Amino acid sequence: MKKQLIDFRTLSCLRFPNRTALLTLTPADGRTLPAMLPGQFVNIRIDTGKDTFLRRPISIYDVDRSSNSLILYVKEAGEGTGILCASREGDRYNILLPLGNGFPTDTGARKPLLVGGGVGIAPMLYLGKKLKEKGVEPRFLLGGAAQTDLLLADHFSLYGRVDLTTADGSAGVKGFVTDHSSLQNPDCDAIFCCGPTPMMKAVVEVARRHGIDCWFSLENLMACGLGACLCCVEDTKTGHRCVCTDGPVFNINDLKW
Amino acid sequence: MTTDLKVNIGRGLVLDNPVMTASGTFGYGTEFADIFDINRLGAIIVKGTTLHHREGNPYPRMAETPSGMLNAVGLQNKGVDYFAENIYPQVKDFGCKVIVNVSGASPEDYAEVCRRLLPLEKVAAVEVNISCPNVKQGGMAFGTTCEGAASISAAVRRVWDRCMIVKLSPNVTDIASIARAAEDAGADAVSLTNTFLGMAVDVERMRPRLSTVTGGLSGPCIRPIAVRMVWQVAKAVSIPVIGLGGIMTASDALEFIMAGATAVQLGTANFVNPDASVRVLDGIAEFCERKGIKSLSEIRGII
Repeated sequence: MKKQLIDFRTLSCLRFPNRTALLTLTPADGRTLPAMLPGQFVNIRIDTGKDTFLRRPISIYDVDRSSNSLILYVKEAGEGTGILCASREGDRYNILLPLGNGFPTDTGARKPLLVGGGVGIAPMLYLGKKLKEKGVEPRFLLGGAAQTDLLLADHFSLYGRVDLTTADGSAGVKGFVTDHSSLQNPDCDAIFCCGPTPMMKAVVEVARRHGIDCWFSLENLMACGLGACLCCVEDTKTGHRCVCTDGPVFNINDLKW
Repeated sequence: MTTDLKVNIGRGLVLDNPVMTASGTFGYGTEFADIFDINRLGAIIVKGTTLHHREGNPYPRMAETPSGMLNAVGLQNKGVDYFAENIYPQVKDFGCKVIVNVSGASPEDYAEVCRRLLPLEKVAAVEVNISCPNVKQGGMAFGTTCEGAASISAAVRRVWDRCMIVKLSPNVTDIASIARAAEDAGADAVSLTNTFLGMAVDVERMRPRLSTVTGGLSGPCIRPIAVRMVWQVAKAVSIPVIGLGGIMTASDALEFIMAGATAVQLGTANFVNPDASVRVLDGIAEFCERKGIKSLSEIRGII
């Protein structure tokens, strides 16, 4: 899948109270967006930060072909993502995309469970959309600290059933995603997961206990995004592998978790 | 008017232009082939290659710093035999020159890697890395004394009859004397600088940002120091000097050339702008045209 370096223009930036934002961007020169797979990511150059030097890798939330726009769900974690979350219409960003391997959509699973936690819900929307296009009915399990982390849940319900968990009980089942019945007594035949590492490791245990095949999207500190700098490596069963090119999606059987 | 951008690195190695990509920042070139035509570059210097497979250092290996970054990759590579069998066939027909960066834990290691590269005719030169700050054995240890630099340079010289570039460490008190030691031991050119030994602390977690605690600092933050060192070395040796350290733009590259560099390498810039190297090449050509410069020799070392 050919990688491109494209200047994007911000169409809109919808901010949420939990320091996240939904950023909608379109190629500034009007070219058609390249093909992108669910689970792939983009690497964004932030030109206005005092201390932002490297690009910021952000996973793809959605691709809207009708408006030729790329949609990202960003959590403010530092200066770079803070600038992204405070974007205004017309702001420009140079973006390298699409990067990484993406989630497989041809696993043969008929009842996949898509588990996202916090800002890790981001890649699950586009994955659910693509699975639905292939005639597979995805189920979503989305977790957050509070209801304000899950304000985008309606987007997911376009493509499948959505269950929620919150640590404070303000929406869905109180607790972590692994406290929900769909992971307590799973009847899925595959799990796709992205979220904080402790959450993903808890999901690994469930998957192993029930013998369910499982894919995880990792987020290691990264520089180039192209497999050149070898900074973002994960220590897998086959040695150090780049999260940016061999991942970000890894099968449970490849990870040492 | 078209400027002649050809540069002579020594022992028959002539590059079409002075822009190269630094080892460890450009993979094997193929990673960037989607983004721009890498055949336009003067040369690419591929990832540091050792006798045996190396897994490198544990994660985390990178920390962003003001105008730069620290890395502690630790020469992760699959070894010279893997390179010869699997990588070389992919890079041998590039339109630009291919240079292999070599590293080891002893003079014999370096020589053996070069011996195994000899049958690969399209390897135009080796860049001998005596300056990696991220390995426990060898690496920078050889680059911080004149004796160490000479011993590795001489060991490689005995087996390698093509161009030999020795990559110097900036983590020394007198880089010019080390450059002279490499020259006296047979180096055809020297490249500088490798990364500066640095360190960063995650204050919230109260622990180092790198698994190895210290790492190599690169990026624009080191550029003025690297320019100064290139200027000092260019005055001290009679072989070509290749300048690198935080070059992001053509203007940055021209600083090194005016300070005495015959050619330049882009490193960390490739992570920020994957097409930075060709932009620098175009910018150098544009500058020369604007100033009426017919050959880079007119401005090389004018400071």
